[in-house]
Amino acid sequence: MYDVVIIGAGVSGSAIARELSRYRGKFCVLEKEEDVCCGTSKANSGIVHAGYDARPGSLMAKLNVEGNRRMKALSEELDFPFRQTGSYVVCMDKESRPKLEELFERGQKNGVEDLQILSYEEAVREEGNLSKDMDSVLYAPTAGIVCPFGLNIALAENAHTNGVEFRFDTEVLEIARQERGFVIKTSNGDYETRYVVNAAGVYADVFHNMVSADKIHITPRKGEYLLLDKSAAGQVSHTIFSLPGKYGKGILITPTAHGNLLAGPTATDIPDKEGTNTTAEGLASIFEKAGISVQSLSLRNVITSFAGLRAHEDGHEFIIKELEDAPGFIDCAGIESPGLTSAPAIGVMVAGMLQEKLNLVDNPGFEPRRKGILNPALLTMEERNRLIKGQPAYGNIICRCEMISEGEILDAIHRPLGAKSLDGVKRRTRAGMGRCQSGFCSPRVMEILHRELGIPMEELTKSGANSRMITGGRKEAAR
Amino acid sequence: MSKRQLICIGCPLGCQMEAEQNEDGEIVSIKGNTCPRGDAYARKELTCPTRIVTSTVRVEGGMRHMVSVKTKEDVPKGKIFDCMGEIRKLAVAAPIAVGDVILPDIAGTGVALVATGNVDAR
Amino acid sequence: MRQYDIVIIGAGPAGLAAAVAAFDDGARRILILERDREPGGILNQCIHNGFGLHTFKEELTGPEYADRFIKQVRERGIECRLNTMVMDIGVDSGRDANATREPSARPMKYVTAMSRADGMYQVAARTVILAMGCRERPRGALNIPGYRPAGIYSAGTAQRLVNMQGYLPGRRVVILGSGDIGLIMARRMTLEGAKVLVVAELMPYSGGLKRNIVQCLDDYGISLKLSHTVVDISGKERVESVTLAQVDENRRPIAGTEETYECDTLLLSVGLLPENELSAGLGVELSPVTSGPIVNESLETNVGGVFACGNVLHVHDLVDFVSEEAALAGKNAAAYVKRMEAAEGDAKEAEIEIEIKPLSGVRYTVPSHVRLARMQPEQVVRFRVGDVYKNCFIRAYLNGRQIASKKRPVMAPGEMEQLKLKKEQLLECVEPGTSSYCLEIRVEEK
Repeated sequence: MYDVVIIGAGVSGSAIARELSRYRGKFCVLEKEEDVCCGTSKANSGIVHAGYDARPGSLMAKLNVEGNRRMKALSEELDFPFRQTGSYVVCMDKESRPKLEELFERGQKNGVEDLQILSYEEAVREEGNLSKDMDSVLYAPTAGIVCPFGLNIALAENAHTNGVEFRFDTEVLEIARQERGFVIKTSNGDYETRYVVNAAGVYADVFHNMVSADKIHITPRKGEYLLLDKSAAGQVSHTIFSLPGKYGKGILITPTAHGNLLAGPTATDIPDKEGTNTTAEGLASIFEKAGISVQSLSLRNVITSFAGLRAHEDGHEFIIKELEDAPGFIDCAGIESPGLTSAPAIGVMVAGMLQEKLNLVDNPGFEPRRKGILNPALLTMEERNRLIKGQPAYGNIICRCEMISEGEILDAIHRPLGAKSLDGVKRRTRAGMGRCQSGFCSPRVMEILHRELGIPMEELTKSGANSRMITGGRKEAAR
Repeated sequence: MSKRQLICIGCPLGCQMEAEQNEDGEIVSIKGNTCPRGDAYARKELTCPTRIVTSTVRVEGGMRHMVSVKTKEDVPKGKIFDCMGEIRKLAVAAPIAVGDVILPDIAGTGVALVATGNVDAR
Repeated sequence: MRQYDIVIIGAGPAGLAAAVAAFDDGARRILILERDREPGGILNQCIHNGFGLHTFKEELTGPEYADRFIKQVRERGIECRLNTMVMDIGVDSGRDANATREPSARPMKYVTAMSRADGMYQVAARTVILAMGCRERPRGALNIPGYRPAGIYSAGTAQRLVNMQGYLPGRRVVILGSGDIGLIMARRMTLEGAKVLVVAELMPYSGGLKRNIVQCLDDYGISLKLSHTVVDISGKERVESVTLAQVDENRRPIAGTEETYECDTLLLSVGLLPENELSAGLGVELSPVTSGPIVNESLETNVGGVFACGNVLHVHDLVDFVSEEAALAGKNAAAYVKRMEAAEGDAKEAEIEIEIKPLSGVRYTVPSHVRLARMQPEQVVRFRVGDVYKNCFIRAYLNGRQIASKKRPVMAPGEMEQLKLKKEQLLECVEPGTSSYCLEIRVEEK
């Protein structure tokens, strides 16, 4: 019998697991994919929002601002890439100025610090490529950029190190209430638990509706993005938003935590909860809209495009509460933007609720710090040589675009909740995320995974399940 | 009379040629080639087309798992997949050097299969 | 820090040929740095035949062609460090490579490299030859919509898996792009038991050599669909199908022409890009057309003593021409070192400079400018055309005078062209008192 089972190892589920690991108890995270960070958490803007967007008084507003405030300390504690670069909301014409002022006021009410409205002249001093046609900008110095994988993986690893179990390739099929708590039937056995946390992203409505008569409805809202090579990154140094339209925040242009340039997202409501395909129309619309706020923006050197699904709940509000008609079942649903920013606060909030309900006591062994995968590029030549002398694998570059060594890949494979697939290695180390998009390193990473984990080459996957990389082995005689 | 368009594969120039054959299949004329190799290619292509087959053979005890191979000379086009059938079943022991004969007569063509790469022993 | 006269980045066909030529012209302190575990570069995975017809007058496979040059490098005792990644190349303009002369005329270059065995270290170099080759354009560069499942490979990656590692990356295959690697892989996958359903090409003509279309597609009954592209990729885990559509003259898909192919693999052969991140870091000026360095007659970049050759300079289709070009870079690097040792000045010699201007159909030229004093009696100018031309002429004009003309029955963007310029003819056109000229190279119908 578990004390708490969390459904979903995305950023919300992992943040809750991490905060919960401060307490003693039997906790488990169930994830249908082969790794953490495989759904909404892996395909988004990677923005740490300041918090002027959400409606004052809403949970979304509260958790956004609180998540933003917690992010820096958390990034130091858990060693993931985060930079407080600031954001600009660009107002293109005088007529829209009241909308910008409204955002400013909303930000003030939400408790966003240091917000300013700047004229073009003031703004262009800091951001040289802003469109000359613009009227004014809302500058939010507290906004930033985070590596979404880095954040999610760090939270999960730390939770795991502090005793939380993770079950991958485990899809929840049924949740039934029993005398004390619930029994969760999965593709991988049954789990009995006193409390359930539903952090299932676009599937949160499915699980909610299994136990509650008070139905909710979550729409997958597709966002498509273009990711540009690092050589394009110098074009902007802040996150540049356009004033929001009917769907989300319009097209944003932002540097990423790793020095690429990102343009997107689109916003299209779709019925398919797995519909992470990009579309010709979507990609075309990014090209069309991206250059509005940034003049002569070059979108050459696109290295990849991708789509993610936001878990949009009809009321456009985070639903984080214990269900009245299903005590013991806590929803963490409708976590769409600013969900990534809010994750640290969501973790604290839900863990706090559980602590109270279950009377959890402190975990004396809780280790708040986690060391990420070493970035040898930050070392001096002497330090690097010492490293290579001790571990020669750090002298062997595998991904030549991102200059990732075998040492980093070995670390990614063998650390807690290590990588088992090419995407797993990619999200942890960036090997394969560069300008050649894994053309050069994928055969080499496959060899390393095969060697280290003893997985036959024919069974190696891109991202678990049936995503096998090859279909045939070394000639018939080898069999 | 029948005309056939051919592209010479003798070298990367890829000359476009036109061959004329009479009712008995005899070659009457070849045009468009820029060197004698083109003429020879066209005649052979129309009567008895041949190709070099290149592939890989599994290596045991080597620094690499595979060694590249080729048929030392052209084999009839119709025999390509017979050659591949034999190649697939082969395995050789390292070390192997460029030019080593892997199989003296592949698929009854009388042509040897030779290594085109080097693999040192492990 | 160890000092070298010539440091060559890459031991592929370009680096190897450059090393041999530099050695044969008297250079001795030569170092080749190679990231792979063996020399030969991409040739090691190009196991098909068709290499060396120009260089060796016989038809070799890629590994055999590489082997010839590797032997030449070994015979000469040229130092080649394998498993070594070059991390950075820098110039110290304050320090002269020839310590006795005025600073910064011939600055020293510093190459930072790393390997398992030797860790991270720097070597100093009087000259550097860039021979890093090229990489394949990924799917993202084409903005192909759809899912991102396993089973989407660039053709070269698939080639490595099949030929070097012995694995078959798929059984039912669609290929986008009719560049040579795509064509070669169509045959290779077929021979290894896969079914290649179709090769689609965005342009109205193939990007590969004609002989490869005959030998790799026609021989195996694989159809080539020109003016077609991929408009959708299905399959969430592994590729399940690929949808092709015909494109209009603006390369936009035409609605209603979609055809879906059930397959497990999509191979992309959609272009190669010279790999110039190191060059850019060094301050080498790059051409927006080729993505390779802009070079003079000596294949020297704007950074003095830094030369470039092979696919890092511009993408070739024949390795024979890579070897030829690289040998020229090697010779010129050796000559640069000799001039340095002789403490010879540069300034006077560079008086007459001729810019080569690609016009009407010619997309670029290598070299892009020629210093007359440094020019060999005969200068090969290599270039590509932007369209398919039949029965046209390639002509060069200097000061309004035609100085070269060559008839070409067929020219296509997929095949590199060349024109030879004679120094004596150029000398006839120059006038006293004028030091800069413009030489036009154009495609003409008559």
